[in-house]
Amino acid sequence: MKILVCISNVPDTTTKIKLAEGNSTIDTAGIQWVINPWDELSLTRALELRDDAASGIKSVTVAHVGPASSEPVIRKALAIGADEAIRVNANSPDAYYVAAQLAEVIKKEQFDIILCGIESSDYNGSLVGGMISEFLGIPSASGVSGIKIENGTAVVTRDIDGGKEILEMPVPFVAVVQKGIAKEPKIAAMRGIMLARTKQIKVYEPSAVEPLTNISVLEKPAPRSACRFIDAENPGQLIDLLRNEAKVI
Amino acid sequence: MSVLVYTENWDGKFKKLTLELVSYAAAVAKMTGSSVTALSIGKVDESELRKLGNYGAQKILSADADQLSVFDSQAYAAIISEAAIKQGAKIIVISNNNTGKAVAPRLSVRLKAGVGSGVSKLPLDINPFTVYKRTYSGNVFAHVVIKSDIKILTLAQNSFDPAETPNNAAIEKFDVHSEILPGKTKRRDIQKQSGKILLTDADIVVSGGRGMKSPDNWAPLVELASALGGATACSRPVSDEGWRPNEEHTGQTGKIIAPNVYIAVGISGATQHLAGISSSKYIVAINTDKDAPIFEAAQYGIVGDAMKVLPKLVAAVKELKK
Repeated sequence: MKILVCISNVPDTTTKIKLAEGNSTIDTAGIQWVINPWDELSLTRALELRDDAASGIKSVTVAHVGPASSEPVIRKALAIGADEAIRVNANSPDAYYVAAQLAEVIKKEQFDIILCGIESSDYNGSLVGGMISEFLGIPSASGVSGIKIENGTAVVTRDIDGGKEILEMPVPFVAVVQKGIAKEPKIAAMRGIMLARTKQIKVYEPSAVEPLTNISVLEKPAPRSACRFIDAENPGQLIDLLRNEAKVI
Repeated sequence: MSVLVYTENWDGKFKKLTLELVSYAAAVAKMTGSSVTALSIGKVDESELRKLGNYGAQKILSADADQLSVFDSQAYAAIISEAAIKQGAKIIVISNNNTGKAVAPRLSVRLKAGVGSGVSKLPLDINPFTVYKRTYSGNVFAHVVIKSDIKILTLAQNSFDPAETPNNAAIEKFDVHSEILPGKTKRRDIQKQSGKILLTDADIVVSGGRGMKSPDNWAPLVELASALGGATACSRPVSDEGWRPNEEHTGQTGKIIAPNVYIAVGISGATQHLAGISSSKYIVAINTDKDAPIFEAAQYGIVGDAMKVLPKLVAAVKELKK
């Protein structure tokens, strides 16, 4: 079986985002680009499965929609241990466009398990994974916090309100992955970094797809009012303020 | 330009979030000069369905075939899109919860409808149709123009107040095509806790960080949450250490919540933590370090030792509730 991990590149999650060009985009100066945190965990779990001979997973491929300038993030995924990488040579105007491109790649290359992070930490859309599964007309599981292969069957744990659900998924399927899928993201070893340099990244030109949405303006949230401090010796005053001023308890 | 709202139920009952959704759909319908149709999937009795009318639905569709009691995103998306087409709906409103996140993207592809995901207020404009959306984990907000004929809006929980006005809406049975009944996924097991307030549903959340020092110190925090009728949460290091269960982790990679009040105890307030809680209406910080960044996000703060402050807060809440 083959796994595809869809990866997005996002600003490092500690970045203080600044706006640029008349608030139509973010200022990319000095931004450190990383693999979207959930995608990185998905990749980690995919590699654990591949490295377990009993799983029957033979290879892990990563796919990314982005211009050539985003290749460092793909190289990083290869350095961590992905066997192959695909890049669709296009910007990503919206989730629909990205999902349509990835679905085309999957149709050409055929994968059994497709892993997508629950959201990207930049757009926070939670859309691409679900869209891919609908483009392909295949089942999906969302909120996936565990995946294993038992005698050739994919067993998926997904978080539901107040609990967990264990599902047996028929391949091919899309798992939309969240926290819990892997403990810590796998870190590239020197050998992996050296190997990644020589691996080929397969580049596809995009299919013609019309995005459905666009961002017209970005803005920073209004600053919150200053903190009002309450004496630690008399914290009961806090309860009084929450009841009578904020009116939230 | 009718508005269709998918009203999820939990064991046949609606929650506050369902009513928020219907009220939101009604407000959107008012902006666009149209009316609201609610779609319920699964077994819900008539008195419960009637509630939807009181929050703004003019018509209620009930798809209640037995096979639909188990959630399946493919089948549910097929039913919702069928209802949208039959009703001529141009706007579809769904929750941005787990179900909505599974269904909305499928609907988007089926109907070629752009999604405004995780919106927390009414559209900014209807021509062009523009919504206000959280991006960069709450560090930036975007005006997103939805260009497609049909638009899908997924509403963040606890971001819109439900408004009740008695109204006797018509209830119609919605027949489901057999071809769209649940597929090949097999449910092996389900483990569910009952009776506990879900973190994502809670109006009040008391959350602990590494400043709590030890998992053995959690009792007064849990007691405060319970006295306030709220839920407990924690920061990432706390769940990573196994002091508290994973599902309590709030923050960028954990749960994103927006309670009325979030009480952060012994949490320094790293960017990644704030990403999960910054939409809370009020943030309260209790921390020994007066320079902790959490105080910049908070409206109320106490500089002090949690172990001394928490019991006093519990006593004050109990006094209040007497």
